[in-house]
Amino acid sequence: MMNNKLLGRSIVIVSALAALIIISALVYILLDIYLGGRNYLTWEFLTSNPKEGMTAGGIFPAIVGTVLLVLIMSVASVPIGTITAIYLNEYASKTSVFTKMIRFAVNTLSGVPAIVFGLFGLGFFIQFIGAGVDKAIYSDGQLHWGQPNLLWASLTMAFLTIPVVIVSVEEALRTVPDDLRAGALALGATKWQTIRKIVIPNSLSGIMTGAILAIGRGAGEVAPILFTGVAYFLPHLPQKLTDQFMNLGYHIYVMATQSTDVEATKGIQYATAFILLILTFSLSFVAMIIRYRFRKKLKA
Amino acid sequence: MQNKKRNSKTSLSRKFRLSEFLAENIIKAVSFTSFAAIILIFAFVFREAAPIFFPQEKKALSSEFQQSETYGEDPADSPKNSLEEYASFHSGASDVASFENLTQKEWQPVGENPKYGLLPLFIGSLKATVLAILFGAPLAILAAIYSALFASKRLREIIKPAIELLASFPSVVIGFFALMTIATFFQSVFGFTYRLNAFTGGVAMAFAIIPIIYTVTEDALTAVPKYFSEASLALGATKWQTALFVVMPAATPGIFAALLLGFGRAFGETMILLMATGNAPLSTLNIFEPVRTLSATIGAEMAEVVFGDTHYTVLFFIGAMLFVITFIINAIAEFYVRAKLMKRFRGE
Repeated sequence: MMNNKLLGRSIVIVSALAALIIISALVYILLDIYLGGRNYLTWEFLTSNPKEGMTAGGIFPAIVGTVLLVLIMSVASVPIGTITAIYLNEYASKTSVFTKMIRFAVNTLSGVPAIVFGLFGLGFFIQFIGAGVDKAIYSDGQLHWGQPNLLWASLTMAFLTIPVVIVSVEEALRTVPDDLRAGALALGATKWQTIRKIVIPNSLSGIMTGAILAIGRGAGEVAPILFTGVAYFLPHLPQKLTDQFMNLGYHIYVMATQSTDVEATKGIQYATAFILLILTFSLSFVAMIIRYRFRKKLKA
Repeated sequence: MQNKKRNSKTSLSRKFRLSEFLAENIIKAVSFTSFAAIILIFAFVFREAAPIFFPQEKKALSSEFQQSETYGEDPADSPKNSLEEYASFHSGASDVASFENLTQKEWQPVGENPKYGLLPLFIGSLKATVLAILFGAPLAILAAIYSALFASKRLREIIKPAIELLASFPSVVIGFFALMTIATFFQSVFGFTYRLNAFTGGVAMAFAIIPIIYTVTEDALTAVPKYFSEASLALGATKWQTALFVVMPAATPGIFAALLLGFGRAFGETMILLMATGNAPLSTLNIFEPVRTLSATIGAEMAEVVFGDTHYTVLFFIGAMLFVITFIINAIAEFYVRAKLMKRFRGE
């Protein structure tokens, strides 16, 4: 009897300890990266260009590149994801083969490794579409679209983030009560009118959450853009879609692994990692809060 | 229904129907994107890897001649056969991406006599992934047990989102943390010969898979119907006995799914391994030596290859393999395990 009690208590304690370890690791990573870079975290660091072979100055172009990347990405992935979610939740019959195909595809897509998306971007967007456009439109034999650039990197990233949007929007759509739909339909609205005027406005927060989560994911991923458009250093900000761009995550990766003088840039590396971490962290934090309030409202 | 529609003013509703039709079909067409994406990814990754499956003559011609690797005595066969034989005839030669070349024991893609043996990369991926599971899974599953079964409601509302926030850490940041802090720490504690090794990479990758294993396990545990545990408690079992002998067994398929998903995630992970494993293609089983994984190889080498040459093709082939392997793992987790779980809860 005594032994049983002891065993029971130890199970509770061990499992609580596991949760504690994970959470303290999370806090430790945040703190460690903050402390490593805190001396560099100034307004100037955010708004100036890298100087003296990256050993001084800021990360402004990397921030601009990341922002442009996620903006173009969300222009593509948020509408596609939202519309797919609307189809799956509003139109699709649960048993049709088409619906099962789409669901299967969404699940698969969310499991494809990020690096494979990078290969896909290279093989499809750059080598196939880009090179094809070059051949069809330009006759000077030079590469315009058939090389890594901002547009291809953003579109590659869009494919990666579509499932994120779908999952989030679908969840929101499911929480719109059927009474509302029935009410609208009973008043003579058509299905599309119901969706446009009732369902979408009531699930706007879900669409927002989806967009935010997608942006957070897109800002943090590096593998898909490695060979579809990112550059380590560029003297100018990207001006058009065919330009290459700098990126926060890639900046960290190259500085930490390929820099000739790792010690000299250590503080900058930590500070850059901190900026990126805070960016993705706060985005998913905001998404979480929106979702939490949404659920609470729903319960009430 | 039909009658009523016919009786109302059809002329008025006609235009409406067109917009309805358009809306539904446009939405349907757009939602096809995800499926198209899968097909396109599959098609184009394999397309670039195609020379491995269909060796080109051009490359075979430029390659060295190695008699010892041949099989098939009679070159005068049907055209298709002879092409295949021709390729295998040259398979041991320097720059041909044939299956014989891919099964070598060394990965040495640059140099005079490049070797594209995938074995060390496979071993590297497996080592890092298994280590990540060994470190991450127990923690994640125990934490899920705590938050789903033991924790008070308020505590649960802190633990769950906190661990899910860990999922928002970019893998490049985790890799950076591993490279800077974990590696230094382990080296000073254990005195590793190599600062970056499979062990360090595995520990770092555990952070990446903890959130997914935790979330899926937690879902599986909370999905166990209340009457299971109520019945157990009513029979006089204690809370932890119920948790261990009633709820856990009922949720086993879900936990198994969580492990599989974690495995799939870890197997395809790139940035953490690229930064924290040392990237040496060794095929030993020692976990304290540097490893190079399949995914990291693509990430590290793709930027430097010539488009279309053998090395490029082999990297795409690795990508295709990663795609297929993660696809199979996820499919098993999805179909087999979830179906089993559902069946169990609805009554066998």
